Amino acid sequence: MKKRKMGLMMSLVLAAGTILAACGSDDGKKDEGAKKESDKFKVAMVTDIGGVDDRSFNQSSWEGLQAFGKENNLTEKEGYTYLQSKSDADYNTNLTQLARQNYNLVFGVGYLLQNSIEEVAAQRKDTNFAIIDAVSKGDNVASITFKEHVGSFLVGVIAGKTTKTNKVGFVGGMDSELIKKFESGFIAGVKTVNPKAEVIIQYAGNFGAPEKGQAIANTLYSSGADIIYHAAGGTGKGVFKAATDLKKQDPSKEIYVIGVDRDQYDEGAVEVNGKKENITLTSMVKRVDVAVQDLSNKAMNGEFPGGENVEYGLEENAIAISEHTDHVSEEALKAVDEYITKIKAGEIEVPKTKAEYEAMGF
Amino acid sequence: MVKKMFGLLIPVLSVVLGLLAGAIIMLVSGYNPVDAYMALFFGIFGDSYFLGEAIRTVTPYILAGLAVAFAFRTGLFNIGVEGQLIVGWLAAVWVGITFELPMLIHLPLAILAGGLAGAVWAFIPGLLKAKFRVHEVIVSIMLNYTALHVTNYIISYVLTDKLDKTNNIFETATLRSPLLSGLTDGSRLHWGIIVAIICAIIMWFILEKTTTGFELKAVGFNQHASEYAGMNVNRNIMMSMVISGVFAGFAGAMEGLGTFGYASIKSGFTGIGFDGIAVALLGANTAIGVVLAAFLFGGLKAGALNIPVETPIPNEIVDIVIALIVFFVASSYFIRWILNRINKKGVK
Repeated sequence: MKKRKMGLMMSLVLAAGTILAACGSDDGKKDEGAKKESDKFKVAMVTDIGGVDDRSFNQSSWEGLQAFGKENNLTEKEGYTYLQSKSDADYNTNLTQLARQNYNLVFGVGYLLQNSIEEVAAQRKDTNFAIIDAVSKGDNVASITFKEHVGSFLVGVIAGKTTKTNKVGFVGGMDSELIKKFESGFIAGVKTVNPKAEVIIQYAGNFGAPEKGQAIANTLYSSGADIIYHAAGGTGKGVFKAATDLKKQDPSKEIYVIGVDRDQYDEGAVEVNGKKENITLTSMVKRVDVAVQDLSNKAMNGEFPGGENVEYGLEENAIAISEHTDHVSEEALKAVDEYITKIKAGEIEVPKTKAEYEAMGF
Repeated sequence: MVKKMFGLLIPVLSVVLGLLAGAIIMLVSGYNPVDAYMALFFGIFGDSYFLGEAIRTVTPYILAGLAVAFAFRTGLFNIGVEGQLIVGWLAAVWVGITFELPMLIHLPLAILAGGLAGAVWAFIPGLLKAKFRVHEVIVSIMLNYTALHVTNYIISYVLTDKLDKTNNIFETATLRSPLLSGLTDGSRLHWGIIVAIICAIIMWFILEKTTTGFELKAVGFNQHASEYAGMNVNRNIMMSMVISGVFAGFAGAMEGLGTFGYASIKSGFTGIGFDGIAVALLGANTAIGVVLAAFLFGGLKAGALNIPVETPIPNEIVDIVIALIVFFVASSYFIRWILNRINKKGVK
């Protein structure tokens, strides 16, 4: 007993010693740093509970900030930084923290932060805020949204040109206004290049239920659809799972998945009889990083679009299709280029809602 | 007297151990632990904003801790505090967004609705335990998931049309006040802390000053002896779970009416109910102990948010350090248990 206590004491003393030794090393440095940075533009972001390594839009936003930092020779943690939220109670605190640290522009990544952004922005008038994927009011809040319908139109064109069964599927997460944009654009894209094709719409009712996505995808594939476009976040993982499983069972089957938000080429990788295959046809890529970098630049140059909704699309290179085109025919790629030109020129108005695409006669 | 000192020593020791373990991790990864702990401390007491946010974080921890502690005194392990908290949150918000009443009626009604929902949710394991001897741990754990998904369903299909959060509650049901917010530089501090302290006093009063409390404790010490003494064990088990559920429901109401002002779809648990277990154990299941332990827990959680802001330490290390501190703090119960074991053997 006594020996053990001695051991404990020893380790305590040791630990205390090491801590004390580490004290008082960089007081001077810190002050200098603070002075230098005080008049420089500072930008930061708050993640939702996904964190900066979520392989989705949090990560993409952070990459945008890092690119911005590099471009302007800022140092991480001084010129640009991020705070991660562990729960939804942290959104307000994190946003406020950054505002109090005199960051000029603070991004809230994801519509989940909408409430918190509005609340904090109303309190901290000196700081500019930006919300991604939602529209908020307030003079010091800029809203960033994307023309997902346009990107969905382009992958719809590819799907329409690629399908052999003339049946394609769409799997949505929640039946909401945002996801309707994906759906409408996709249907319009498919039908424009292939009026005979049928688009089967299914909603999982959840962004985080891969098992549901898998079940829906299996039904769609067995009813004859050969391409499925998903706009369902984590639920989409199940769509990929269903497709790769089917491919393993029957390698001759030509079935594909179209990814969303970022290039989901890796998700579609599958090994069939020792051969590497990939069932990702293409992806509708939403470049959140481009938007974040662009808005940071605007804010730095004093052109912060407060109170406005900035919509990013093809023109800003914020909406694109995947660079991986293994399964996409020359013809389809040509068609995509053609429609990009037409959309940019304003010759085609891509529908955003069900009413709009029905009005177009699809 | 010696025993009391001992009781105080263990929590303090475990906090110190936790801080040291965290410091070692930071040293190994090449960061300065003194900076980190300074930032942590500043993040709690640094200025009025931080203090406000810290107290706000503490509020539900007190109530969740009380819920666990109360059941524990009757020999019941209420793991379902998390679920009771979630239903309490929803019920309070439901009242908050549906009725338009003067504040004097609306606010208490909303809080009580939260408590009632928690009570109902806790009554189920209580009843099953009393009537059929089904272990309350299993039932209440499963009810956590039931609560999570039922509330998610109600939010998106009953209270709203497929949205992921409800409207904001009416001003008459809010626990927030411009006064508190103004005092603390715009923090989300709300009156819930008063509710929490009152509940702690109520718990102390019930357990220490009433016959019911005596019976509840007696059942906790020895069911068979209590039954032999003429106490209704089953009734006491159910009552204990219900009161525990009320506290848990209040914790949810504080979040719903104070911190957030709405209820939203949750992809996972809030964690407050589970942390409540550690709070109760650290507080030795007494009212005052729970309040103190909750201040420690809530303070750590709130202060930790300041570390990545003021130091170059990455979030991940901060998470590890906080988890270590919590681990040591929570394991105080085991330290106590082990020390008691050793002492007993020594006496023999």
